[in-house]
Amino acid sequence: MAATTFPATLPVTRRSPARTITLFYKEAKYELLKNVRIPVYAVSTVAFPLMFYVLFGIVLGSGNPANRNEGAVYMLATMGCFGVMAVSLFGFGVGLAIERGQGWLQVKRASPMPIAAYFFAKLFSAVVFSTVIMLLLLAVGTTFGGVRLPLTTAARLVGILVAGSVPFSSMGLAIGYFAKPNSAPAVVNLIYLPMAFCSGLWIPLFMLPHGLRVFANFLPPYHMSQLALNVVGLGMAPASTWLHVEGLLSFTLICLGLAAWGYWRDEGKLYG
Amino acid sequence: MSTALAEMPRSIPAFRPASVAKSRNLKKSYGEVVALRDLNLEIHAGELLALLGPNGAGKTTLVRMLLGLARPDSGSVSVLGSDPHLGHVQTRVGAMLQVGRVPETLKVREHIDLFSSYYPAPLPIAETLKIAGLEDITERPYGELSGGQKQRVLFGIALCGNPDLLFLDEPTVGLDVEARRQMWAQIRTLIGRGKTVLLTTHYLNEADALADRILVLDKGTIVAEGTPAEIKARAMGKQIRCTSRLSLEEVRQIPGVLGVKADRNAFELQVNAAEPVVRELLQRDSWLGDLEVTNAGLEEAFLALTQNHNTDSSKERN
Repeated sequence: MAATTFPATLPVTRRSPARTITLFYKEAKYELLKNVRIPVYAVSTVAFPLMFYVLFGIVLGSGNPANRNEGAVYMLATMGCFGVMAVSLFGFGVGLAIERGQGWLQVKRASPMPIAAYFFAKLFSAVVFSTVIMLLLLAVGTTFGGVRLPLTTAARLVGILVAGSVPFSSMGLAIGYFAKPNSAPAVVNLIYLPMAFCSGLWIPLFMLPHGLRVFANFLPPYHMSQLALNVVGLGMAPASTWLHVEGLLSFTLICLGLAAWGYWRDEGKLYG
Repeated sequence: MSTALAEMPRSIPAFRPASVAKSRNLKKSYGEVVALRDLNLEIHAGELLALLGPNGAGKTTLVRMLLGLARPDSGSVSVLGSDPHLGHVQTRVGAMLQVGRVPETLKVREHIDLFSSYYPAPLPIAETLKIAGLEDITERPYGELSGGQKQRVLFGIALCGNPDLLFLDEPTVGLDVEARRQMWAQIRTLIGRGKTVLLTTHYLNEADALADRILVLDKGTIVAEGTPAEIKARAMGKQIRCTSRLSLEEVRQIPGVLGVKADRNAFELQVNAAEPVVRELLQRDSWLGDLEVTNAGLEEAFLALTQNHNTDSSKERN
């Protein structure tokens, strides 16, 4: 009946750049706060790598004083990798699967929140947790494991592993777009625990059967941990840095591709 | 009360309310299930439009389309003159959706603070907290709130950006009477601030208490439209109870009788207007006794309205 259209002069609907920065900051801050306050996430992602490090890297190696230091350094790199992986897969993957599957993401999509802020916040949270894990591992290793790393080496080790949040978050993103909220934790556990073992995170690869060593080339934690081990001179092939970077890069791109497919499929379900 | 006030301007013929949102011939199916069929709707500036219908009528699908979260199979939607999923529309729209789980470890104030940051010109946080009735629970984690408090947080999230148009999808579902009344009072506050609201509900009394206009939706089509008074008049027939020597079949033949059933030794008749039917009954049966005329209950009447549509949809669809 009423043919009138809404007045052509619209009120201000653009966010100022300052407000956009505030928005990203708040999204990141609250994502981190949310995760820190979930004990099952905060405690288990930090406690598991620490516990494994103490058991396998320090206690197990202490019977053999000659090798003690080397084992503790090796496990510092591999358990760091394990921790970063868990943080990214659970924070990003399971978090997204739940928020997507149970309607919360829809509430956010109905608001003017840019989706980039949402992903940025999840990556930010993974980076912070990864840094905390690495610093704790380093502190434990230095105090109890006899680890003595020059400051620059330690910084490179932490830096490289924290950067590992990016490929593993991409993997989390892909899982988050395909897993159901209830099964996502199981899916993540089924993927990352065997993957961590086969990549030599607990038992060095040279002690594993040949077949597994070949298979490891297809596993991102293998490339990630080898990059970290190269920093401390314990990698299997010291000159292989670019090979590992390429491996991680291709893996990241594949995951992002899958995630993009999931995203559009989702929007297709929503929009189609 | 609010109804009467809001109705006044629309009774003036020269007053043509601006259209805030529109849909034309909307169609949407999910596989075999048809959610919306040829749906036309218009939301006028400043009104509270209630979309009333049973579960599965297509209310939520429609709201999601108006929010740009779902795209129609065919037909068109425009909100504030544009495609609803564009950013400059989203900043002027607020939504209260049905959601399975909200992050439980964030506090009430933090949720509001975060959503406020999404909008270019939000309400001050203190004001949002006040309107949504959250002032006493600002520091409580969402997971520790009661059902009514949770709904109020979602309500706060919908209004914190100071939007012109709000979509409230079943805002009182699952609430007890007290919490429902409180939510109604808060929704009226929004209307008092000149907001346009589309509310979905499956309670006729809720639509009656809040709306300027009601659309009754059933199986993806609008089966009735009007002011609450009109809808009630259409939906709410009278019920006549009497004992009579007439047979059930004879009673059924009387013009104006929508339905009859025998209840113990009496008949129960569903009618739109009682007087002509009573007159006819008395004329046909001088022994008629125990005459009782009552209003049909709101919910039964609403059921009757949508069921009427099922049995005789061609007539209702006009």
